Amino acid sequence: MEKRLIVSSSPHIRSNITTWGIMLDVIIALIPATGAAVWFFGLRAAALIAITVISSVFFEYIMRKILKRSNTIGDLSAVVTGLLLALNLPPTLPVWMAIVGASFAIVVVKQLFGGIGQNFVNPALAARAMLIVSYGSRMTSWSEPLSDIVSSATPLEILKNGGEMPGLLDMLLGKIGGSLGEVSAIALLIGGAYLFIRQVISWHIPVVFCGTVFILAFVLNPDGFDILYPLYHILSGGLLIGAIFMATDYTTSPMTRKGQIIYAVGCGLLTVVFRLYTNMPEGVSYAILLMNVAVPLIDRYTKPKVYGGGTNV
Amino acid sequence: MKIRSFRGGVHPPQSKNTLECETIKMGIPEKVVIPMAQHIGAPCKPLVKKGDTVKVGQVIGDTESYVSAPVHSSVSGTVTSVDTRIISFNRPITCIEIKPDGLQEVKEDIKPPVISNRDDFLKAVRESGLTGLGGAGFPAHVKLNPPGDTNVDTLIINAAECEPYITSDYRECIENTENIVDGIRAVLKWTGISRAIIGIEDNKPEAIRKLEKASKDFSEITVQSVKTIYPQGAEKILIRTLTGREVPSGKLPANVGCIVMNVTSVSFLASYLKTGMPLIKKRVTVDGSSVKNPANVEVLIGTPIEEVFNFCGGFTTEPGKIIMGGPMMGVAFYSMDLPVIKNTNALLAFSDVHAGLPEETSCIRCGRCVKACPMNLLPFELDRLVRAKLYEEAGQNHILDCMECGSCSYTCPAKRRITQSIRIGKDALKRMANK
Repeated sequence: MEKRLIVSSSPHIRSNITTWGIMLDVIIALIPATGAAVWFFGLRAAALIAITVISSVFFEYIMRKILKRSNTIGDLSAVVTGLLLALNLPPTLPVWMAIVGASFAIVVVKQLFGGIGQNFVNPALAARAMLIVSYGSRMTSWSEPLSDIVSSATPLEILKNGGEMPGLLDMLLGKIGGSLGEVSAIALLIGGAYLFIRQVISWHIPVVFCGTVFILAFVLNPDGFDILYPLYHILSGGLLIGAIFMATDYTTSPMTRKGQIIYAVGCGLLTVVFRLYTNMPEGVSYAILLMNVAVPLIDRYTKPKVYGGGTNV
Repeated sequence: MKIRSFRGGVHPPQSKNTLECETIKMGIPEKVVIPMAQHIGAPCKPLVKKGDTVKVGQVIGDTESYVSAPVHSSVSGTVTSVDTRIISFNRPITCIEIKPDGLQEVKEDIKPPVISNRDDFLKAVRESGLTGLGGAGFPAHVKLNPPGDTNVDTLIINAAECEPYITSDYRECIENTENIVDGIRAVLKWTGISRAIIGIEDNKPEAIRKLEKASKDFSEITVQSVKTIYPQGAEKILIRTLTGREVPSGKLPANVGCIVMNVTSVSFLASYLKTGMPLIKKRVTVDGSSVKNPANVEVLIGTPIEEVFNFCGGFTTEPGKIIMGGPMMGVAFYSMDLPVIKNTNALLAFSDVHAGLPEETSCIRCGRCVKACPMNLLPFELDRLVRAKLYEEAGQNHILDCMECGSCSYTCPAKRRITQSIRIGKDALKRMANK
């Protein structure tokens, strides 16, 4: 018999970038923030993170089985979703609530819409929003870092309601109240730098998002001129984790650079509006979720001009 | 010198293992198989029949059609068959098989063409059998005679050679530098085009140096190095990189004042004008993980590719895939019995390990294909539309402007076969238009 040769459509070579590799890079980038969470909030935080990740992977596996689809836990996207959800939870949250959150993220937001690449909002953020609606008080009770004292106010609550702000150094390092992964600005920035160097994300969304918040907070500061005020806005709450890790989610952010900039400005604008003009202290997750929904519209109006003069419709 | 480039593109490993491999001549094969269509346009009609004796350079196929080029015998010998075979694209083509007599007797009437005006020149170009040697195989005399409503001011010589592995154009630049310059000057002289730009990727400094030296006395010829990034050598891309002009959708380069010729084409033209010997041989880069001795080989047109691989020491491992052309745009073949034709510039053989297809997973909308597309299309969207059989919508999204460079599929982390989808979509649209 003649030798059998493979015949396929070109190109015959592929780059070594894989979905799995991208997700692994995101996990690596989240290691500093995860480490900071465990350092400041102890073994309880470690357990909460581990259980959220494991249950996310479990729900992914079960849902794919039920829907009779290929097993996708190997692409690590469920690990990323679980990790991001965990890092957006307060340290004192009961474990079962975290599992409810993971099931909502994976089962409802991700798999019922078709799995990876098909969800129209960020699964981790949608789950966080769902948990806030369902278990409001537990989702907003914070603990003092490096101690067991409950009900420490977050810097954003202090900004809104008055009180003594923590020092900038503590905010950079993460010795403040807040969700597990959002407290340490340094850890998040290291992760962001890693993603940028590995070309997993570009600078556009994080920089424009934070820049918009900085400028608007500076201009709209209710107490007048203060350069520290917008800086507090950058370093506190979920802005850095949101801008670096959540708003940059491929599936729920625009395709083109132009679209990404519009989207990031929108995220920043909504964040400031929520923080300053509503009774919520924090608004990053809602800002990103709302802009997620606007992505198809943004994509539609920012299609690139085709070589030779045509426009995509 | 300023290095120019374009937006988009990808950086596949260059794998130019044969850069320093001087061209070696392969002898006369056991048989040659010469297809009557080695170009874009009307196929030729065979002018010989079984049992005829033919000589080197003899016209064995021609047609009255304008968009076509004659086919010549690459050997002297006896015609053993004239029949229809499937060579590529599953399109049956008449092929002439010749058994060489080993003497390589040259056809008596081969002599340098006498040229006194533009028409003589275009006639000579046609008689040389030249078609675009860079890959597309467009008849050269048609390209050099653009429609009357165009005003061509620039001849672009494509020496970019952006495909991985292939070094045949590079060897032309190194080994036949004078011919390249002579060919350019002949084209400029007889077509009246005022200037020529040689576009070459900056990973070939030796070739750039030699071309600059050979053309330094001719102010109408510029050597312009361009950034090494795939697909820099694609016709429309190179035009924009070198001149800033964009060829409108569905139009010719001549519509923006450019004619693009491959560097080996223009060099061949010079040698034809000197000797009158038509296109009967071709330099081919032979490489790939299965090939024992990668090399640049001068092959007689019609030589079965198996004999070319054997000439290069055969295979170290059983090949799983044979590609004619580069790994980004080349065509995979199912049989080793197929012949080398005019526009064959590389033969690659890959072992099973390198030939396998990665599994496709879901699009994650990462946007890498959008960033890579040199035509500024939305490959992920075209992929989705074609799979949903929404061909007309794909057409509105300019699927027909895709040149199938493969950058989108190359860069896709989900390993989606985007280029393949686009081919299917283009084909479906064309069939709908023909109905």
